[in-house]
Amino acid sequence: MAKHETPLLDQLESGPWPSFVSDLKQQAEVRAKNEAGVEFQMPQDTVEDLLGVLELSYKHGRTHWKHGGIVGVFGYGGGVIGRYCDQPKLFPGVEHFHTMRIAQPCGKYYKTDFLRALTKIWDMRGSGVTNMHGATGDIILLGTITPQLEEIFYELTHNLNQDLGGSGSNLRTPADCLGSSRCQYACYDSNALCHFLTNNYQDELHRPAFPYKFKFKMDACPNGCVASIARSDMSFIGTWRDAIKIDQDAVNKYVENDAAYPANAGAHKGRDWGQFDIEKEVIALCPTKCMKFENKTLKIDNSNCTRCMHCINTMPRALRIGDDRGCSILVGAKAPIVDGAQMGSLLVPFVEVNADNDYEAITEVIENVWDWWMEEGKNRERLGELIMRQGFQKLLEVTGIKAQPQHVAYPRTNPYIFWKEDEVTGGWERDVVEYRKHHLR
Amino acid sequence: MSELLSNKEAATQAVVDFMTKKSKNKSKFYFNDFQDIFPDDKLREIKKVVNKMVTDGVLEYWSSGSTTMYGLKGAGKQHGSEGEA
Repeated sequence: MAKHETPLLDQLESGPWPSFVSDLKQQAEVRAKNEAGVEFQMPQDTVEDLLGVLELSYKHGRTHWKHGGIVGVFGYGGGVIGRYCDQPKLFPGVEHFHTMRIAQPCGKYYKTDFLRALTKIWDMRGSGVTNMHGATGDIILLGTITPQLEEIFYELTHNLNQDLGGSGSNLRTPADCLGSSRCQYACYDSNALCHFLTNNYQDELHRPAFPYKFKFKMDACPNGCVASIARSDMSFIGTWRDAIKIDQDAVNKYVENDAAYPANAGAHKGRDWGQFDIEKEVIALCPTKCMKFENKTLKIDNSNCTRCMHCINTMPRALRIGDDRGCSILVGAKAPIVDGAQMGSLLVPFVEVNADNDYEAITEVIENVWDWWMEEGKNRERLGELIMRQGFQKLLEVTGIKAQPQHVAYPRTNPYIFWKEDEVTGGWERDVVEYRKHHLR
Repeated sequence: MSELLSNKEAATQAVVDFMTKKSKNKSKFYFNDFQDIFPDDKLREIKKVVNKMVTDGVLEYWSSGSTTMYGLKGAGKQHGSEGEA
């Protein structure tokens, strides 16, 4: 029988979707039976108390958790988030229930023996409850007590070669897509860049000195499978500078509805969508109308292509990304709190992604942005908010990047251009005599 | 790096004095507050010195999960007040 009656939580299990309540009940049962003979280092009934305190919060309509604290591992200013229950007498099993953020492997590639070893540590030293993965991308381990933090950290780093992730006013754990390890659309090796930045900026990850959180995310192509444009302060999205490669024979196979050339690589074939129509499904949907199909030949005006990926996704056997590849850097995306949610703004339209020189073109941009934000950012101000406050032009100035048409989101909606004296030929001073030769008083 | 920041003992004392002076009102400080103590130094330089003070046990981190602050070790709310040893 359950330790606490949970009628309100039980109701959550009645819906059509999988319920976390069922998962927690299952975990509570596993711990109660302990068939694996685990030497639990925190209360065996912690998950039952977790359900109990949640039930109480539903009943009272208010939380019974306090978060934040001094907890952490030696030398690290992030990776552990203190959680305490404000009803410890009723629920002693969750009196302390700290969260640990563990850096996920690049591309979230796991071997089963790693996952077994990880859960073995967590079953013994924590609640066994995980969140794979949190919004930042980390492996989230939910619920342990302060004395176990160093133990878990030691085992993770020494036995699993795994580090804590970022939290607090730190660089957060960089996250990436699968990239060129599996995907033909990858314009750069996102796993390699993610790994490099994680190692290169260890100090920023573990020793907090930023005004607030800062997130890197890498999408190896504009399809944006990790949605870096919306989820990170600095987003690296793969792109190319030359032309989309076209196999005209393959284009015609699509047009002829050859079964070996299903549109969208067969992704939506569970329903009959009728005959493939290149005009309707590709040409008309091009956002810049830069394509045409005439006399069995597909033509693309690449100078007007915005790399939306739609045509490539629809006809992947006929169209390929170009060969001159790199990435675009966008900055300033964030979730609401101040000023509402923002998407990233394009800062660098194209930059080379070169592992041979330690990605110096990219790290230069990163460090210029950080120097500005650390100097000018107010406490708890995200980069996107600083850009809104001081202006995108200021960002261009501090990064030494020249303004380009790609920086303009909506041309000609604002007629005012603020020139600086050194940007204008002759400066602000003028020769009045020369001027009066052409303009009478 | 300024003379004050490069002198470990003097820098530590300056930080302790700064925090002690303000301890009536607050026990936790944002990282930016250190700029008041070392106005001539770059923040990334200050970070190295301040974080050394954490490993030396002079300062400690306090984190809400989203924001991190610094405080004198033992000042303000501690584990003990949460019922922990």
